[in-house]
Amino acid sequence: MSRSPLPYSRKILELFRNPKNLGRMEDATVSATAGSPACGDMIAFYLKIDENTVITRASFESYGCAANIATASMLTEMVEGKKLEEAWRIGWKDVANEVGGLPAVKFHCGVLAVGALRRAIREFFRRKGFKPEWMPEKETFEEKQALEEEELSKIISQRLTLGGGEK
Amino acid sequence: MEHLNDVRNLIKYHGQVEREVYLDLENSTPLPSEVLQEMLPYFTSKAYGNPTLTHKQGWEAYETIMDAAGFITRLIGGSSAEELCFTSGEAEANSLAIFGTVGKKNGRIVVSAADPLNILLPVEKLEKKGFEVVRVPVDPEGFINLEALAKAVNKNTVLVSTSMVNNEIGTIQPFREIVKTVREANPDVTIHMDASDAYGRISFNVKDIDVDLLSLSSYKIMGPRGVAALYVKSGVEVERIIEGPIGTQALWPGVENTPLIVGFKKASELAFKDFDGNVSRMRKLRDMLMKGLLSIEDTLLNGPVGDKRAPDNVNISFLHCEGEALTIELSFKGVYVSSGSACTRRILQPSHVLTAIGREYEAAHGSILMKVSRYHSSEDIKYVLECFKPAVERIRAMSPTRRI
Repeated sequence: MSRSPLPYSRKILELFRNPKNLGRMEDATVSATAGSPACGDMIAFYLKIDENTVITRASFESYGCAANIATASMLTEMVEGKKLEEAWRIGWKDVANEVGGLPAVKFHCGVLAVGALRRAIREFFRRKGFKPEWMPEKETFEEKQALEEEELSKIISQRLTLGGGEK
Repeated sequence: MEHLNDVRNLIKYHGQVEREVYLDLENSTPLPSEVLQEMLPYFTSKAYGNPTLTHKQGWEAYETIMDAAGFITRLIGGSSAEELCFTSGEAEANSLAIFGTVGKKNGRIVVSAADPLNILLPVEKLEKKGFEVVRVPVDPEGFINLEALAKAVNKNTVLVSTSMVNNEIGTIQPFREIVKTVREANPDVTIHMDASDAYGRISFNVKDIDVDLLSLSSYKIMGPRGVAALYVKSGVEVERIIEGPIGTQALWPGVENTPLIVGFKKASELAFKDFDGNVSRMRKLRDMLMKGLLSIEDTLLNGPVGDKRAPDNVNISFLHCEGEALTIELSFKGVYVSSGSACTRRILQPSHVLTAIGREYEAAHGSILMKVSRYHSSEDIKYVLECFKPAVERIRAMSPTRRI
């Protein structure tokens, strides 16, 4: 088994051990997930949004590695008190910087967290029945990546079924 | 170099732990002091010469190396010290067996889908160069499919390379039947077995198995790292894969690392001194660890049970619990294990062994591999079990997957 010494930042380990805003939010205005268990990482993102489209609370759940947990936790802190438009502008690199940098193989953790957030924001406006100008019609990089990972996991499960893999 | 500083900060942040139990013997091992003591004089004052040279230190080095080679060869039932070639590690021993056998011969190579990467990766390289490679499937417990093996070996086959005991899930392969099957299909095929996880854990004899090449690992029996060996049956042709001035070993150029070879010999001696006692001790600890961990809900044992499983191997999948997160969580308690999760690897693919036995990806991501040795105590295992439950619970509590 080949292993790599993952150069996590201290901040990542701190957030892994003491994540902020962890857990399902029962009274969330909107929620979204990104990733899948088959890919080894999945994030659920919950937002409480007030009448002025300000995020008053954010929380997350994570099935994934330390970087996955840390980036999701960091993002919940970053979006709190922000208007949806500002929250939308947060990119995966911003999250990566806030956690003190991500090892290259863990970039997708930051991507997935932002993907989940943007999906939740899209869902919010879909329910409202309108699309603000600042929100692009097409999926952004982060959303596309999340989708790609999920598609990949579907292919994987299909392959396992076809291959007659037994549990 | 920025990584170096990150890792230094991590170590500082991690801090000291009260108790440490190292179960990651698959990937590296601490050196027992009794082995180190045996090695020490050879670094500074004994047999430190080049074994090919004509002075006392050279002769002593030659005598020491050949004595160790003879000792290890006898343990596996070989005929003479000349049949053993020391290498700088398992990867090199397996590469020597594989690249050294195929040489200029083109043809088919047969391996098992669950073989260690030390076998699969060199073979993959040959595949890119035009060799035909057949990866024989394994069953849900990791046993090679003998019928598929028989079909895979044809008249063009030059090499069958496979492991005797699976390094990740402990499956003890029917190695005699494997050899018989291959010989019946094509008597000219060279048969290589990686015995890294068999040596010191199950009894075998190279003549009885009728194998041509066999790899042995030092660190996997608690010897030093940086040394391994390839047994090459007399008369079997293998080419050197590294060129340089040839010393005492026809297949390995360079100055032999006498202290490491001495350590390899000592570790072998200790593993075989009370072989049955060692094995039953490991098996007891293994079963205690396995039983305790399987009592945690939503767990799956990877690999077979009882006598068909290597006495030291435990591999369990914790569902809804990502493996890399769990290894880090346990590290803070001083419990060191490894995972087959994609997240622990640069290639972001889960363990190929677990997918070969048909485990779903999620089960592979939640897998933890552990090995016990005669140096562990039942108190160690008790401590590990105490640490596991809350660690698994904390990681699972973060996950949204239980509801979907």
